[in-house]
This record gives sequence, structure tokens and C-alpha cells, in this order.
Amino acid sequence: MALLSVEDLRVSFPSPQGRVNVVDGISFELGQERLGIVGESGSGKSMTGRALLRLIRPPGRVEGRMRFEGQDLAALSERQMRALRGARISMIMQDPRYSLNPVMTVGTQIAEALRVHEHLPRREVRARVRQMLDSVRITDPDRVAGLYAHELSGGMGQRVMIAMMLIPRPRLLIADEPTSALDVSVQADVLRLIDDLVRDRSTADGGMALILISHDLPLVARYCDRILVMNAGRIVESCAASDLHLASHPYTRGLLAAVPKMNETRAELPVMDRSAWAGT
Amino acid sequence: MTAISLGNVDIGYGGQRVVEAVTFDVARGESFALVGESGSGKSTVLKALVGLAPEWSGKMSVLGRSCVHRPDRDLARRCQMVFQDPYGSLHPRKTVDAVLSEPLTIHGIGGQDARVERALSDVGLDRRFRFRYPHQMSGGQRQRVAIARALMLEPEVMLLDEPTSALDVSVQAEILNLLKRLRAERGLTYLMVTHNLPVVSFLCDRMAVMNKGKIVEIAATKALHDGRFTDPYSKALYAASGGGGSTE
Amino acid sequence: MQLQAWLLDDSPASRGQAAAGRAYRVSLDLMRNPLALVGMLIILLLILTAALAPWIAPETPVGQDLTRRLVPPSSEHWMGTDQLGRDIFSRVIYGARVTLLIVALVAVISAPLGLLIGAVSGYFGGWTDRILMGMTDVFLSMPKLVLALAFAAALGPGIENAIIAIAITTWPAYARIARAEALTIRNTEFVAATRLLGASHTRIITRQVLPLCTSSMIIRVTLDMAGIILTAAGLGFLGLGAQPPLPEWGAMISSGRSFIFDQWWVATMPGFAIIVVSLGFCFLGDGLRDVLDPKSEGK
Ligand SMILES: Nc1ncnc2c1ncn2[C@@H]1O[C@H](COP(=O)(O)OP(=O)(O)OP(=O)(O)O)[C@@H](O)[C@H]1O
Ligand SMILES: Nc1ncnc2c1ncn2[C@@H]1O[C@H](COP(=O)(O)OP(=O)(O)OP(=O)(O)O)[C@@H](O)[C@H]1O
Ligand SMILES: [Mg+2]
Ligand SMILES: [Mg+2]
Repeated sequence: MALLSVEDLRVSFPSPQGRVNVVDGISFELGQERLGIVGESGSGKSMTGRALLRLIRPPGRVEGRMRFEGQDLAALSERQMRALRGARISMIMQDPRYSLNPVMTVGTQIAEALRVHEHLPRREVRARVRQMLDSVRITDPDRVAGLYAHELSGGMGQRVMIAMMLIPRPRLLIADEPTSALDVSVQADVLRLIDDLVRDRSTADGGMALILISHDLPLVARYCDRILVMNAGRIVESCAASDLHLASHPYTRGLLAAVPKMNETRAELPVMDRSAWAGT
Repeated sequence: MTAISLGNVDIGYGGQRVVEAVTFDVARGESFALVGESGSGKSTVLKALVGLAPEWSGKMSVLGRSCVHRPDRDLARRCQMVFQDPYGSLHPRKTVDAVLSEPLTIHGIGGQDARVERALSDVGLDRRFRFRYPHQMSGGQRQRVAIARALMLEPEVMLLDEPTSALDVSVQAEILNLLKRLRAERGLTYLMVTHNLPVVSFLCDRMAVMNKGKIVEIAATKALHDGRFTDPYSKALYAASGGGGSTE
Repeated sequence: MQLQAWLLDDSPASRGQAAAGRAYRVSLDLMRNPLALVGMLIILLLILTAALAPWIAPETPVGQDLTRRLVPPSSEHWMGTDQLGRDIFSRVIYGARVTLLIVALVAVISAPLGLLIGAVSGYFGGWTDRILMGMTDVFLSMPKLVLALAFAAALGPGIENAIIAIAITTWPAYARIARAEALTIRNTEFVAATRLLGASHTRIITRQVLPLCTSSMIIRVTLDMAGIILTAAGLGFLGLGAQPPLPEWGAMISSGRSFIFDQWWVATMPGFAIIVVSLGFCFLGDGLRDVLDPKSEGK
């Protein structure tokens, strides 16, 4: 049975012209695998992730069926949902420095995330926080644990957020642009860490499943098993990651062409003509 | 003639030194990239240049004038910075119009209406966006507003902190094209921070590689074509970015 | 219809249109919120009553007539009369003026004061913060009514002094809120970007920090209004607020308390007015929170 199944998911917001669907009837299934979601800015990638965790606030509205481990997510009470978030499903938000509490040090926040789900002596909490920061390649974890969100560099903010979300060992991780501010070598390490957790079957219920939301096509192609391409709230293409370069939809091709190359000689990068397929 | 020059600059926060002995020069009209590990102090160098990271020592000058340890009104007109994060650099309750007229008001420049319209069209936003709030725009559109704000005072030097890292490839392509065009039209000097080597290859002439608060190598962009780096860290960075091998 | 389209235009053509459109959207949202609507109606009623008191009230609020003391509510005296034979309905109507005056003056004095002190303190931090917040904490640590009592007692009884006393006791809470917001705002990149444009600290505080504090402030002040009215009534009740024969609701309850078992209406009617107006402000405050809260705002 699939770990997560989503059927005809819609997210809508009111506008002066009536309700608009920013996620417009998407369906997919997720097993023990790494699923990539790509698409340009505003295509509804983040909204899909947030809808799964029921994090869309009114006036936004979510419709459709979402089942996780056989439970209907829409039917859970807010309390059950809170217990699920973080422990079973966690999400790395796109804007880490906003998602972090500005008046609490980073170390305290990670410890907090750990303590909610496990009861550990203080000594051990410190050690786990340190170890987690270390595993996301933060060089001096002790100093960084004492910093506030605005004192982190862009990339550190992302890594702290990742550490915080991974520490309770979730069953499903939704990572929204987790590495956009990281240089390639750190990025590789962080993705390897996530990958290890995906493969690690030592825990009671097997490894972790991953939904990786990103605009970096080569990266998604490298780290995922399967890819969904989204545009204007719909899935326009779905393929195995290894076949991304064979993608046929003009939108996907447009995205691929816009990536600059290492030995770039083009004077101008091709940009997409949005009017051709975007509804908005 | 040099636009930006740093000689043996150390920068710290609260007594902790994060950047050590940085030295480089950027010529007028040149586009210079600062690449390197996350947390190595790239943003810090830019912040020190404009006075937002006041604890520095050494010699720094922009367009022939020595830098001071706080934001400076005169420097503001000649050198502007675009921040790393388009979600954070615009005031959430101000319309695009208010954001763009603010620099003009501060410096007592008239003809605001026309200037704002021109700035918008310069960055490729149509007039519909003029009275929108940040939350009504996508990340790429916000970043263009941030660029337009930096251009309002018609500076000669632009410091760009990862101007495209939070954006998807299609928007990144638009912004990169825009930056290239503006530079060609106005002879701007860019000092750009990025971790994306292909972007450097597209937009820059020279690059400095930073690691752990120090510059380990300064190379011409041509090195990205053939991989001729000398320092082991830059070689590793190049290889990890898919250089040398085939990407696609 | 055309006006509405103009107001809701997604891409306004001028600053005026943008501002009008925003105001229109906020008021539309408020209208959609039933509680806020009730609150607004109550407050509108309060304002109208205060403005038109001489025309609404059947008698003057101070006209004594000892021959008709403590008459129960009837068609002639809707709310009965008090121990001096004054018509309670008329006094309650005129009392709206006093209440409105207190509420307006307290809001005008304490909200901006608290906002400014809090924003300066949070924005600069360091010693400025320590000194200003130390001061705030001293005020904050004393019970509000006791402090107001002390001030009213020191300044002498009277409505003006009661207002000053209440204003002095309410600003610290606003300063705390504003400081908490300013603390997070000062580290944001948009403040850094504005400093780079050459803006002065004054400009940043007034143009960048304050606008972000005001919506939580408006909500808080509206919600506090009920408390302010009650404090004013409390002072009136203890004889330190409005002085007789001024028709202040709290003072009216106070004078009616000796007959509360036999002539219940003397104390109950003004008490009822206090409850209704306080509720009105609470409802409006809740509605404003839903509408103005930056997190629920946005499209
Ligand atoms: N305000 C601050 N107070 C204290 N330390 C800071 C502050 N800002 C940055 N730092 C520290 O300075 C170091 C360099 O940060 P900087 O932002 O320059 O990195 P960066 O090279 O831009 O990295 P990234 O690519 O991740 O953005 C980091 O270790 C960071 O924790
Ligand atoms: N509160 C809201 N009210 C109305 N529309 C909204 C709201 N929040 C988001 N949207 C719209 O929903 C659409 C999808 O947004 P989403 O954040 O999912 O995009 P995304 O695919 O994650 O893009 P990006 O790559 O820029 O993060 C956007 O067009 C956005 O304008
Ligand atoms: Mg997103
Ligand atoms: Mg940076």
C-alpha cells in the first residue's frame, strides 16, 4: 500500500474575480521513494506541500482526498494533526529565516523540536543538537547553536532548518527548496544525509520517504526516483528521474533550456513565453 | 581605474573574526564574482563594504573613497546592494511605488513619477505592478523590484548578493539577462556573490574563490571552461559543480 | 458597480486609487465578519448617542425632582429615576459622552506614547532599551487599578485626572508590544536596505518600523477599550473619577449600590450600558484582528 496517496487535491484562494485554484486537481501516490516536484515560481509546489500538512490558513481552502499510512488526513482533528506534524511528516519550509523564531537561539529551537517528541536528559539533548548540526556540515556547531536567526548566513539558515526537521526522524519529509542557498559541496552532503535517512531501514517502520520540491532540475534528476513537473497548479508531466532529459512537454523543455551551463557561451539565456501555456 | 579595492581586510561580528586578510580589486565596468562555501563570509564582505558589518580593519575603498564603518549617505548614491533574499528585502506593507520613491525622497530628487515608471520598465515589470504589495508578487518579481530600488539612485557600482539563488531557473534566466543588459547599457560595475558556477560563467569576467573566511584563489572566468584552477578547494568546487565532466 | 471595479482593480493607476482600494478591501472584510459588524454597530450607536444626546434624551441629566425619587421603569421614565429624581435614561444617554471622551483621550495619549517608546527601545537596543524598558517594567509591575487610584488620588479627583491616570497605566503594555515587534524588524533586510539608501534612524523608525507595529496596536487598543471603560467606571465608582453631578456610568452605579436590593434599576441600567459598550469594543477588536493580522492578510 502506498505511504501517501493524494487524489484530486485542490487549493483555492478567494480573489476579486472569485475563487482561484492555485493547486488544481493533482493526484499522485508515494511509496518508499524519493519524489521530486519541479516547476516555475508560483506553480503551486509549496502550496501542495503545505496542504498535505494542513497548513493552509483561511481564506485558503483545501479539497480532495489525502491518505497517509491509511489515515485520512482531512478527517484528523487539529490535535491529532499536531501530533503528526514533525513526528511523522515534517516539512522544511522555503524561507528558513522566516520560519525560525527570531528571538530564540538556534540551539534552543532545535532542542525544543527534539523535546516535543522525545524525553531525554538535558545532557543528551545538547549532544544530539550538536551532532545534528555537525551532520549538516556546520563547522563549529557550538558557536552556531548560540546564534539567532538573523546572525546566520543564508545557507546556514537552511541547514539549521533541515537539522530541526530531521531530528525527530519523520516517516515522510517534505523538503521545499531545501538547498537553494547552499554551495554544491555542502548541498551534496546535506542531500546525502537526507538520502541516508531514506535508505536507513533500521527504524521500526523502515526508512523515510521524501518529497523534494525544487527549481533545480539537474539536482532533482540526480537525487530523486520520480519527478512531477507542475505548471499553473497542474501536473503537466510525470516521469522517471533518469528520463528527465527526454521530457517532451514544451514547458519542461523550456525549463531545461533556461539552465545556464558551466562553459556558457550564449549571450542571452532563453526565457519562457508564459502566455503560451500558463492560464494565469 | 579601480571601482572597488580591498587590502588586507579582516571582518568580525562581536569580536569573532569571520573574514581574514581579504585582498582584491575590481576595475570599473568589470563584473567580479565571489564564490565559495556557505558561511565562508561572502555576504559579510559585501556588508562591510556598505557599512552594515561595522567591525572591520584594513583598507577598503569604493570609487576612490575610503569606506567608513556605517552606512554612508554619499556612498549610497554611487554604490548600492541587492540582498540575498527577495522575501525579506521588501517592506511587507509598502507598495512597489512606495519602495521605489523612497530613495528619491531621501535624497530630495524630483520627478518621482517619471523615474519610478522608467525604473519599472527598465527591470521589465509592466505598470500594473506599480501599486502592488510584495505578497501579490512572485519571488522573481520581488527580486526585480529590489534591483529596481538599487538602480533608483543611478549608482555606478552594484553589490549583488546571490541575486538569483532563491529563484527558479526560468526567472533566474530573466534576471541574469536583465543584469547583463543593464551592465552593457550603463557600464555598471558588479561585485556578485553566488554559489552557482554556471551563473558566474554567464555573467562575470573574474572570480575569487572563498573558503573558511579567506580567499584561496582569484581566477578568470575562462578557468570554468577548461578547469584550470590551482587551489585544491576550487578544484573540488569545480568538480562538484559538474565541471570537467558532462552535465547534460 | 463601476466604482467597485475601480476600487478592486488589481493594478491601480495612482496612489490614491491604491489607498482607496485597500481601505475598501479592509472594510469589505470587516463587513463579512458578523461579530465585527455587531461591534461596529454598537460603537456607531455610541458615537451617535453622544453626538445627539440633547435631542435623544427626554430630560436634562442633572434636573433634580425630589418628588419622584426612585420611580421604577415605566413608559414615562424608561429606566426609572434615581435617588434625586433624575431620569436615568437621560443620564445614561449623556453618560455616553463622558465614556467616549475617556476612551478617545486615553487612546490618543497612551497608544502613540507606548508605540513610540517601544519602537525606539526595540530599534536601538542596548542601553536605550535597558533604560526605557526598565521604566516600562516599573509601571507594568503595578496593578493597573491601584496605580490609577494612586495617580487619581495624587492629582485629585476629576474626570481629566482620571483620564491621565488611566493613560499613564495603559501605555506600558503598548510599549512592550511595539518593542517586541521592533526587535524583530530591526534585523530584517528591508531595514538594512533602507539604511543603505541613506535614510536616517528617525525616518526608519517612523516609516518602516511604526507601520508594522500599528496593526497589532490597533487591535490591542480596541480590545483594551473595554478594560479602560471599566477602569474609568471603577474610578468613578470609588469617587475618584467623574464628580457628581456629571453623569458617568461608574459613578452612577456607585450611587445606586445602596439601593440595589430594593431599587435594582438605579445600578443596573448604567451597568448594562457599560457591558454593551465593552462588548462592542471586544467584538470589533476580534474582527479587526481577523482582518488586519498580517498572517491572515494577503492573496
Ligand atoms: N550579524 C551577525 N552576527 C554574528 N555572526 C554573524 C552575523 N552575520 C553573519 N555571521 C556569521 O558570519 C559568517 C559568515 O556569514 P556570511 O553571511 O558572510 O556567509 P556567506 O558566505 O554569505 O554564506 P551563504 O552562502 O550561506 O550566504 C557565518 O559564520 C555567520 O554565522
Ligand atoms: N495567501 C494567498 N492568497 C492568494 N494567493 C496565494 C496565496 N498564497 C499563495 N498564493 C498563490 O498561489 C500560487 C502558488 O504558490 P506557491 O507558493 O505554491 O508557488 P511555488 O510553486 O512554491 O513557487 P516558488 O517556486 O516561487 O516558491 C502563487 O501564484 C501565489 O500567488
Ligand atoms: Mg514555493
Ligand atoms: Mg550569504
